[in-house]
Amino acid sequence: MSRGRLKVYLGYAAGVGKTYRMLDEAQEMKCHGTDIVIGYFEPHGRQETIAKTEGLELVPRRAVAYGGGKFEEMDTDAILRRQPRVAIVDEFAHTNVPGSERAKRWQDVHTLLDAGIDVLTTMNIQHLESLNDQVYHVTGIRVRETIPDWVVDEADELVLVDLTPRALRNRLERGVVYAPEKAQRAMENFFTEGNLSALREMAMRHTAHEVEEKLSVVPGAEPPGTEAAPAGAPANAGSAPRRERILICLTGRPSSAILIRRGKRVADYLHADCVAIHVAAGQQAFGDDREAVERHMSFARNLRIATHVVHAADVPRAIAEFAREQGVTQIFMGRSAAQPWWKRYQETAVQGIVRHARDMQVTIVAERRR
Amino acid sequence: MSSIDRRPDPEQLLRRVQAGERRERRGRLKVFLGYASRVGKSFRMFDEGRRRKMRGQDVVVGAVQSAIEPDIEAILSNFEIVPPIIERHAGRTYEVIDLSALFRRHPATVVIDGLAYDNPPGSRNPHRWQDVDELLDRGIAVISAVNLQHIAEKQDEVERITGKRAANSIPQAFLAEADEIEVVDAPPDALIGRPGDTSICDARRLAELREIALLLAADVVEDQLQDYLESHGVTARWGAQERILVCLTPRSSARLMLESGHRNALRFHGALLAAYVESGSLGEEDRRLLESNLGLARELGADVHCLHGEDFVEAILDFAREERVTQLFLGHTGADRRLRLWERNPLERLIEAADGFDVRLFPHEEKS
Repeated sequence: MSRGRLKVYLGYAAGVGKTYRMLDEAQEMKCHGTDIVIGYFEPHGRQETIAKTEGLELVPRRAVAYGGGKFEEMDTDAILRRQPRVAIVDEFAHTNVPGSERAKRWQDVHTLLDAGIDVLTTMNIQHLESLNDQVYHVTGIRVRETIPDWVVDEADELVLVDLTPRALRNRLERGVVYAPEKAQRAMENFFTEGNLSALREMAMRHTAHEVEEKLSVVPGAEPPGTEAAPAGAPANAGSAPRRERILICLTGRPSSAILIRRGKRVADYLHADCVAIHVAAGQQAFGDDREAVERHMSFARNLRIATHVVHAADVPRAIAEFAREQGVTQIFMGRSAAQPWWKRYQETAVQGIVRHARDMQVTIVAERRR
Repeated sequence: MSSIDRRPDPEQLLRRVQAGERRERRGRLKVFLGYASRVGKSFRMFDEGRRRKMRGQDVVVGAVQSAIEPDIEAILSNFEIVPPIIERHAGRTYEVIDLSALFRRHPATVVIDGLAYDNPPGSRNPHRWQDVDELLDRGIAVISAVNLQHIAEKQDEVERITGKRAANSIPQAFLAEADEIEVVDAPPDALIGRPGDTSICDARRLAELREIALLLAADVVEDQLQDYLESHGVTARWGAQERILVCLTPRSSARLMLESGHRNALRFHGALLAAYVESGSLGEEDRRLLESNLGLARELGADVHCLHGEDFVEAILDFAREERVTQLFLGHTGADRRLRLWERNPLERLIEAADGFDVRLFPHEEKS
């Protein structure tokens, strides 16, 4: 049995019309005789959208008890038993109630795809893992529910559902998206014209990027970006560079998460390999720090970055040696913590790595603050 | 070489105020942009008109495409149509918007399909988009639709992909100045096999066109975003676009940095900038090296700036913030260690202050 196909409707905020568009297409498929069911649908009280579900078979949700409350989740097993040709699954980025068989809805979707069921789903650009820091920087909102980029990259089709910020704000004002009081708060906070425009641009650029990535895997195709130097450029300026390999230096510091996302994003765009290393210097490899390092390592693995731990006393030297062994072209690291004045004679980690890895590029990733 | 001088220019301020006033009186323009025919632009455009009408707005249709699909025909029956004037000229049939009828009728909104149509010789305006401009000037809002192949500045690129060039076009600036532009996106597969499809519509070409249209829209949105932030007194910092700044010095590995910056900018569809801090005390040899580096930067399409400032670090930091840089490329000599305890070297100061952008250090190339 072949794996089901995944189609993602990508928007930049609630209310742009992702679910509506998805259901519209579902209705059309049903008209053409496709066996299609709704696996999960979030009505949000939006009448026009609810009307679009008419006539579509609905697989009832599963009730889950958790912490004294009752929750409803998609009933993946019931959909598997029903075995439709296509399933509609709203809100790709959703996190299931603790205790569910799978932690994330995208994992449920993978289960359906594995069973040969095609899936139509929806998400917003701010749920993309690698954009998390940028979204925070632009909007001031730290999005908690994220989807690893590779999950979205693997979608067979990605469709941008566009709406101008003005039209979206009109919809909010008319109470189409949220109840009036919530809408008012939303417009003052997240749904400002500036935020919406920035998110919209990210969604457009990301869709363009995915289109380009799909083009580049076509056999015999030139990878985009390496080919043509612009007209008039020196002939050797566009010559194929050697394949880039990025090494991310992980520590227990919170900024490591930013480092991982940024390193992976750059690697993806440059079609570079990406590996991560943590050098355990002995004395710090226990307690909170160790726990934090492990958390970061597992976060990196979730994003499909190979991780390595090396034990050594001289951290910069160990990183440089590992990088050389692995053919790394670029080292990604965080900024060294500011040294108190009495320690200023000591070399910082950045200085140490630059000194040891003179043949490599070293990128110091800034923390994206507000 | 352009130097940066961003003091508010009174002329510029006046122009901005006037533009704002003009915009207030003008009708709003909304354009639906598609990357090929049959992505559903016209449908979305008429649907927008229908929605406005349902909300009680006075909406009329001023132009429709000659080939009408059934779903559009169903929507069209809801509208009052001010029919275009049919003109024959040298064996060709033209449909010209009936401007005087529309001026007399003066609705709140006119729906005009085929924004890039040309008018016959001898018309009031040579192009339909100029007719639209007049409607806007009279305070009438316009909803319109256009295909990527009709954007003048993108026609070379489109021709490289499809081997065809549309005879009629609109300037990209007209699109960029629209109050709203909305992308009508659909995967290429959805277009193949539809009625009216021909063999040139292979998925790959369509995907290439789709990418160009998405990036064009992103650029328009980026400009609108910066305008919005500026007019609201927000210091424009990060958009969604990667902006790479290569710092040039006479002895740095300029070629490596510039080529890498160029590659990065291409991959991210970002902007490439190069800057040099004028220090005035260059020897003849260094001056020559610098000039050749700047030349290379320009050849690679970088936006080259010469900065002035007492302090190299401050000059670079100010410029990077102002230009919303996301990646800064810098050469190191490998011997940048500080000499005295209390004095940190420029590189360290830069890294410490680089809040919001990454610093990529490039190894120094041994000059032979």
